[in-house]
Amino acid sequence: MASTLVKEYFREDKLPHIWCPGCGNGIVTRAIVKAIDSLGLDKDNVCIVSGIGCSSRAPGYLDFNTLHTTHGRALAFATGVKMAKPELEVIVITGDGDSSAIGGNHLIHACRRNIDITTIVFNNNIYGMTGGQYSPTTPTGDKGTTAPYGNLDANFDLCELTKGAGASYIARGTAYAAKQLEKFIAEGIKNKGFSFIEAITACPTYYGRKNKKGSAVDMLQTVKESAVMDKAWDRLSEEQRQGKFKIGSFHVEAKPEYTEEYKKLIASFNKGEE
Amino acid sequence: MTIRLMQGNEACVEGALRAGMKFYAGYPITPSTEIAEISAIELPKVGGKFIQMEDEISSMGAVIGASLTGLKSMTATSGPGFSLKQENLGYGIISEVPCVVVNVQRGGPSTGLPTSPAQGDIMQAKWGTHGDHATIALYPNSVREIYDMTIRAFNLSEKYRTPVILLLDEIIGHMRERIEIPEDDEIEIIDRKKPTCSPDEYKAYEVKEGDIVPEMADFGTGYRYHVTGLVHDETGFPAGATKAEALIRRLIDKIEDNKDDICTYEEYMLDDADIAIVAFGCTSRSAKSAIKSLRGEGYKVGMFRPITIWPSPEKQLEKLSKRVKRIIVVEMNDGQYFLEVDRIAGKNTLVEKYGRLNGEIIPPHEIISVVKEAYNG
Repeated sequence: MASTLVKEYFREDKLPHIWCPGCGNGIVTRAIVKAIDSLGLDKDNVCIVSGIGCSSRAPGYLDFNTLHTTHGRALAFATGVKMAKPELEVIVITGDGDSSAIGGNHLIHACRRNIDITTIVFNNNIYGMTGGQYSPTTPTGDKGTTAPYGNLDANFDLCELTKGAGASYIARGTAYAAKQLEKFIAEGIKNKGFSFIEAITACPTYYGRKNKKGSAVDMLQTVKESAVMDKAWDRLSEEQRQGKFKIGSFHVEAKPEYTEEYKKLIASFNKGEE
Repeated sequence: MTIRLMQGNEACVEGALRAGMKFYAGYPITPSTEIAEISAIELPKVGGKFIQMEDEISSMGAVIGASLTGLKSMTATSGPGFSLKQENLGYGIISEVPCVVVNVQRGGPSTGLPTSPAQGDIMQAKWGTHGDHATIALYPNSVREIYDMTIRAFNLSEKYRTPVILLLDEIIGHMRERIEIPEDDEIEIIDRKKPTCSPDEYKAYEVKEGDIVPEMADFGTGYRYHVTGLVHDETGFPAGATKAEALIRRLIDKIEDNKDDICTYEEYMLDDADIAIVAFGCTSRSAKSAIKSLRGEGYKVGMFRPITIWPSPEKQLEKLSKRVKRIIVVEMNDGQYFLEVDRIAGKNTLVEKYGRLNGEIIPPHEIISVVKEAYNG
């Protein structure tokens, strides 16, 4: 099964990938490809855009129209692609630092426009490519090479952030529950508007080592044990929520999509000629 | 023949639409804002797209993204905004994505002197983005020339697959002049060369024999290829240090080797001149007026005006340096283009600079004084 998937959707000659042993990025990438496969999308009509970082290398391995851009700017380029050619299915692959630090402004504005782009954030709580500096999603108190005494910053809840900014589909899944993550991504792609899927994944090399989180398997086990489905989460007390996070598809909202609205604007000028 | 009274910034949009612009992304900044405003009005009427992005950085990114789908794309900015464009300008250079970037200059550095005129972005246009690269930058001096040079900027960007910078002066951008709109047979429109081979045979960054640049497929047409800001080989995929020299050299050479095609300039009363003024944009208009007066008094002075300022018209400047006693580079900055002219001409003749930094145009009478001083001093 996996090999058919690789043959159909991966650029086999570009493998092996650059990711470290135990990295969760492969699982998330597979979930994206499985979601695309389940929807039966035409490869020629899919454009995958990324920024800079470990996760942003994924498009290079995938056999679509692929655009590996500058740090944080994937959504800016993707907005141009989608506006110019709305018939393309545009998917953005980005990391926690790429999307919410240097690219944070582009993220909130893409949400606000509700432009039909599906964004998948590979959240590993650290800057991996540069060697383990703390990111906006590194939990307060955790360590990074630039937070040697523990991170003093408060961390972002990216799903709350994108909800506030206006995204019309929001979900959080994990690299542990890959099947469920695939379902969220497929739902996101199907949603006509800005979809945001946070994929919790593990970086054993930097985040794990810096914070004594054990092996790659231990880290995935922790992800599994810490993830609580949203309905169950609502029943937990504040105390019970400590050290855990909620997963699920949190938010679906029907609202005007940006390129559709622009299409209507263009059509309004053609009325007289028809 | 259509004659219109038009503002410089307006002529820029009109020229862009004539060249086939179908996408504009921008961010408000004076003195370039009219370019965004008029694009917002006109583009949807012709089936094009306008988007006001959240900042200058994303505008540049969106323009590159749109161009990859095949739409001719443009952005415009000023001063601080041009600084912010530099990151993705470099991306456009290495990934060879055609687009036009207009910079209606204002005084700097930083917020500087908003929004008085200045010609202080000459070197930023050349070296603003990091790393070795060649740049094409055009510098018109009238409203009509803005119209023509905007079309040319699109043509050059399509032909050489690179972002082309259009440097405007605030004075020309905001000035209104009578312009004759050229007829169709008076203008040339160039479109990027698209692949004729099958998608299986397509190598996105391979230059075919007899071509200057690789053929460019539109995203979404069956040619599934990879675009990256990393050093890449002819397939477009990351390739590392062994391919770096060949790639960067090719990106520089495709422009430097075609200067005869890219460089345009104006020579004014240079035939018997002892002194040549080098000036561009609004300053060249003051210089022309000064030369007319000086000629009336018997001074043998003329002007060389680069219209393509990058790459610089090196051959022509060198030739000039061998036949004049002195070159005075007059520009509204502290001598940026002087550095380039002196590099080329300094070994053959005396090269001097005359500049200013106070946000006011250099008037003809000042240039007259400078020339007289040079003659008599």
